[in-house]
Amino acid sequence: MFLINCPFCGERDQSEFSSGGEAHIVRPKQPTELSDDEWAEYLFMRKNIKGIQFERWNHVHGCRKWFNVVRDTSNDKILSVYKMGEKPPVNYK
Amino acid sequence: MKNKYSVFSLIKNALSQHENWQQAWGNPEPKKEYEAIIVGGGGHGLATAYYLAKKHNLKNIAVLEKGWIGGGNTGRNTTIIRSNYLWDASAGLYDHALKLWENLSQELNYNVMFSQRGVMNLAHNLQDVRDLKRRTHANRLNGIDAVWLNTEEVKKFCPIINTSPDIRYPVLGGTLQRRAGTARHDAVAWGYARGASDMGVDIIQNCEVKGIKRNGDKVEGLETTKGFIKTNKIGVVAAGHSSVIANMVGLKLPLESKPLQALVSEPVKPIIDTVVMSNAVHAYVSQSDKGELVIGAGTDSYVSYTQRGSHNIVEETLKAILELYPIFSRMKMLRQWGGIVDICPDASPIISKTNIKGLYFNCGWGTGGFKATPGSGDLFAHTIANDEPHKLNAAFNLNRFVSGDLVDEHGAAAVAH
Repeated sequence: MFLINCPFCGERDQSEFSSGGEAHIVRPKQPTELSDDEWAEYLFMRKNIKGIQFERWNHVHGCRKWFNVVRDTSNDKILSVYKMGEKPPVNYK
Repeated sequence: MKNKYSVFSLIKNALSQHENWQQAWGNPEPKKEYEAIIVGGGGHGLATAYYLAKKHNLKNIAVLEKGWIGGGNTGRNTTIIRSNYLWDASAGLYDHALKLWENLSQELNYNVMFSQRGVMNLAHNLQDVRDLKRRTHANRLNGIDAVWLNTEEVKKFCPIINTSPDIRYPVLGGTLQRRAGTARHDAVAWGYARGASDMGVDIIQNCEVKGIKRNGDKVEGLETTKGFIKTNKIGVVAAGHSSVIANMVGLKLPLESKPLQALVSEPVKPIIDTVVMSNAVHAYVSQSDKGELVIGAGTDSYVSYTQRGSHNIVEETLKAILELYPIFSRMKMLRQWGGIVDICPDASPIISKTNIKGLYFNCGWGTGGFKATPGSGDLFAHTIANDEPHKLNAAFNLNRFVSGDLVDEHGAAAVAH
C-alpha cells in the first residue's frame, strides 16, 4: 500500500488507482504479419522485474486518466511519475 | 529410514527428556558438482528432490534455498487442498496430488496432519450456480468427488453461515468436495526435507543463486553466494522469484508476481470444521488445530516483491467474512502477512522444459500451489529425470502461450485470485 502522485489530481491513496502492468509494450504495427512467437511475446511475456519497473496506472476512482510510473517493486517506492506519451526518465535503468 | 519415527521412538526419547532426537535433515556445504540442482527449497522444490532420489534414482542432488526451507509461500499459505478443477488437464494434475496427499504421512513417516474435512465453494448469483453445477458434473466425469448443495444443505453442513436471502450476496448453494481439506504446511516441507536428506540429497540453506552459467544452448552450472556449483540439470521452483531466475538467462516468462495475503485470528474453540471458500465475494476461511481462524485474502493488482500486501485488500475480505459469518464480528485478528505469488495469464501452472537444455521451470502456481505440492514434485522430477514431461503435466508446458492451447482455469474452476 502506498500513495501515488497522479499528474492530474495530486497525491492519492493507491486503492483509488488500478494497475495497468508493464509500460512501453508497443502494440504491433502490422498484426497480420506477426508470428505465433511474436504474438506470445506481445500478449503474455512480461519482464516482471524485481527492482525498478516502468508501469502504467489508471486513476480509476478519480480523473480516470492513464499515466506512467517508475516504481521499485522490491520496496514499492515510487521514483517518478510521467504522462502518457512522454519519454520515460533516462536516469532509471 | 535411519531414524524412523514411531510410538517406540517417542517413548524412548521421552525417557531421555527428548534431548537425543537426531537432526531431521543435514546442513552440508555445497559440493563442486551435482547431477541435478533444484533452485528453491519450498514444498515443491523439496518434493521434487525427494521424488528424483526416490523414483528416478538420482543420488547426487542439491536443493538451494536463499532463506530457510519452507520460509516462503510454503509457510505462508492457507493450507487448502482440493482437486475440483474444471478442465481435464487440471483435474488430472490436482487429483494426482490429492491421491499422494492421502498417503503422504505414511510415505514420509512424518505427520503432515492431512485432514479431509471437505472444501465447500459458495455460489452467490445465478451465474455462480450455473458455473459451479457445471464444474460438479465435469469433476464427476473425471472421477473426482463433488456434490452440489442447495442453500439448506449448505446451512446444515456449516451452520454458522448466514444464509438469509436479505444479505448483499445471498448464498444460493455451493459445491462440496469431501476428500478435500487442509494439511500442516511446515510439516510438508520438513517431511520432504527429512526424506530427501535421508536419501543423500544436500539441502543447502542461505544460498542464493546469482547467475546461471551457459555454454551455447545448455546449462553448465550455477553462480551462488556459496560459490560456483557445476551441474547440467537445473530445476527452478522459485515461485514469485521465477522471473528473476529466468532473467539471468534472458528468458521471459508469462508471469506476474504479486503479493497475496492471509491472516489469522486469536484462537477460539472449534466453530468451523470445514473449509469454506467464496470467490464472488472473495472470502475463504477454515480453522487451524490451534483454534485460529485462517483467512485468505486476494492478491494486489500490481507487481510487487514486498511480501506485505495492501490494507484495502484485507478490508474487503473481512467485510465479506463478516457478512457471511456475523458470529465473527468481535473476533480479533492476530497476524497478517503476504507471500509473492507468480500468476500465469491462464491461472494454470508451468511444469516444463525450456529451449535451454537442462533448464526446467516449475512455476506459475499463482494463488493455489500448496494443494499440488506432492503431485508437482512428482511430475517435475519425472520431467527433469527423463527430459520429457509426464502425461499429466504435458499440457502445462511453456509453449502453450505460443500455441494458444491454454488451460484456462481463471473464471472456470473456483480458482480464488
